[in-house]
Amino acid sequence: MNKVWLIIKREYLTRIRNKTFIWSTILTPLFFFGIFAVSIYMSTRSTEELTVAVYDESGLFSGQLAGGRNLHYTYVSRPVYDSVVSKDGMEGYDGGLYIPAIDVDKPAGITYTSQKQLGLFSQEKINDDLNNVLERTRMIRANIDTSRLAEIKKNGISLTQKTITEDGSGAEANAGVSYAIGYAAGILIYFVILVYGSMVMRGVMEEKTNRIAEVIVSSVRPVQLMMGKIVGIGAVGLTQFLIWILLLIVGYTVMVSTMAPGNLQDIAAGAEAAGGSGAALMKAQQAMGQINIPLLTGAFLFYFIGGYLFYAALFAAVGSAVNDDPQDAQSVMMPITMPIVFSVVIMTTAVANPTGPLAVWCSIIPFTSPVIMMARLPFGVPGTVPYWEFALSVLVLAGGFLFTAWLSARIYRTGILLYGKKATWKEMLKWAFSKQ
Amino acid sequence: MSLLQLQHLKKYYATQKAVDDISCSIAAGSIFGLLGPNGAGKTTLLRMITGIFYPDSGAILFDGKPFDPATDIARIGYMPEERGLYKKMKAGEHALYLAQLKGLSRAVATERVKHWFARLEMQSWWNKKVNDLSKGMSQKLQFVTTVLHEPKLIILDEPFSGLDPVNANLIKDEIFGLARNGSTVIFSTHRMEQVEEICDHIILMNRGQKILDGSVAAVKQQFKEHLFRIELDRLPAGISSGAFTVAAQEDTALTVKITSGHTSNDILQYFLQQQVTIRSFREILPSLNEIFIRLVEDTPAARPFETVAS
Repeated sequence: MNKVWLIIKREYLTRIRNKTFIWSTILTPLFFFGIFAVSIYMSTRSTEELTVAVYDESGLFSGQLAGGRNLHYTYVSRPVYDSVVSKDGMEGYDGGLYIPAIDVDKPAGITYTSQKQLGLFSQEKINDDLNNVLERTRMIRANIDTSRLAEIKKNGISLTQKTITEDGSGAEANAGVSYAIGYAAGILIYFVILVYGSMVMRGVMEEKTNRIAEVIVSSVRPVQLMMGKIVGIGAVGLTQFLIWILLLIVGYTVMVSTMAPGNLQDIAAGAEAAGGSGAALMKAQQAMGQINIPLLTGAFLFYFIGGYLFYAALFAAVGSAVNDDPQDAQSVMMPITMPIVFSVVIMTTAVANPTGPLAVWCSIIPFTSPVIMMARLPFGVPGTVPYWEFALSVLVLAGGFLFTAWLSARIYRTGILLYGKKATWKEMLKWAFSKQ
Repeated sequence: MSLLQLQHLKKYYATQKAVDDISCSIAAGSIFGLLGPNGAGKTTLLRMITGIFYPDSGAILFDGKPFDPATDIARIGYMPEERGLYKKMKAGEHALYLAQLKGLSRAVATERVKHWFARLEMQSWWNKKVNDLSKGMSQKLQFVTTVLHEPKLIILDEPFSGLDPVNANLIKDEIFGLARNGSTVIFSTHRMEQVEEICDHIILMNRGQKILDGSVAAVKQQFKEHLFRIELDRLPAGISSGAFTVAAQEDTALTVKITSGHTSNDILQYFLQQQVTIRSFREILPSLNEIFIRLVEDTPAARPFETVAS
């Protein structure tokens, strides 16, 4: 055991100290974070600063157009308007809004003329502003009290979803949030298994091509080398992941604390303009609080580690069977990566229908369970996922890992010393089951 | 007292009998040569001795007891023919890692690595990455990692390949030194001149079987052709004697072959009677190279595959 520890330490330290690791660990979240921040920033600033010269012939809009932070309406006379929409434009105005004498019931002929085309947001805003005034005018004409109307529109319905819990009481749930979390967790596990699993394979292949496998194997048993490698690289993955969580927390706190309140409002306004509703957002936050965070975190860790170990053993086995030829490596990697990719593909279905047979079976079969079960869990245990399903999935994955480790060790110990042609699948199976 | 005893070792693969009933005994403190053409089964045999492979049948006795890979490998050092080190690791750190895998504590390992580095003039390499070292340098490093843990049995598979004469000599001296200190060295190589220089005892393998087993001197005696070289100050007019035939002549030196029934003394007597001064007289023993070629000549260059009845 002591020797395995030495191997784990070496595998871990050599990769952690590698400059590439440090850079990729720090840069990846920074990169995503940067994109996120930039798009948010853009959305708050994307509203153009517009000063519109309004020439209102109808008289209905005088003094009524509200404008906003970035949109200013200035009522001007005809000559000024003509100057604004002339070839050279006019200093201080971005465009001219022309409102002819319109029929309140069938308005037509309102134009906005400018040198630069309006952005979508501004166009919508101006349209909305105009329609608000129009609506008000029509209601006044129909003798509808506008303040009454505002009363009526207030406090709309926002559906609260409850799932029946163990104690019979209802607990608030939110399909959208569960969907998002499930999906994110599934993708993350997919990513980890693929990246770190293939790192294991590459490590095994390196030891084979530069012949150090033979030297090490004269000091330790092959299975010790294999396990040391798998655990060491897994630890690297875990470390990288923890660093990212840390960076995420730090980044989030920084972002929240340095943003002026005004900005937050803009973000909310932006979110509203994008079609959300403030109430829904609040509901989501509430539902987040209802989700069983400790259970999810624990399960995530288990599937994260378990899924990695299950696949890493397989990667080690195939890595030991090939020789340096990158094509061989690719072709032998494919059958291993296929189930992982498959799980992500059906994850959408599973998340859309978390109790359907596809989702249930795939959350138990160890090849797909790390991704699919993690996608299902945020929907609730024991509601969507009964206790027995969860327990079965855990046991099968744990057993699965023991099996793949045993199988792979037997393939590995023969494969790493065999140079020459790539081993066929049949040969690999023979190694696995021959007596040694 | 033999350190290692191999008894009827067999290892068959589907396509050939890599090791086909090999038995031998290796004395402690000796330098032992394992020879044979490519494909003879040397590497397989060595891997069985180091516990990497398990024999299909037969036994290995290490220091009188059945070979137990778990505990005995700490007392064995193995330098495989296919040299290999982690490319991105630093030399010193790498040596420490391998020493610790053999069971040395970190403190002891550090001390020994420093000692060997100083001894082979490698101190400046401590922090160099392995792939920054030249081939000869990495070979020296690998040699150090093989002997660091003071193993009782040191197995070197082609240790001189790729080494320039200076470094080859250095390693050779180290091998002698190790043997003098009581380690046993098994040394597998194609370079016969080195075998003659270094080894006490040799085994020649071919097609998985042992075809020679004996001390270097004994083997040479076994294959001698009764040739002698005699240098005279002048050649007598006509040379004829029932005791020998002249095989070759070079200036005033003759290569003669004793006819059966006669001894070397008869040659000397003849020439003494001829009243010529004898400058030197010695037996010409076949070189191991010649013996090797003679024995192995018919073997095709690459060993063909056979079907092995299982």
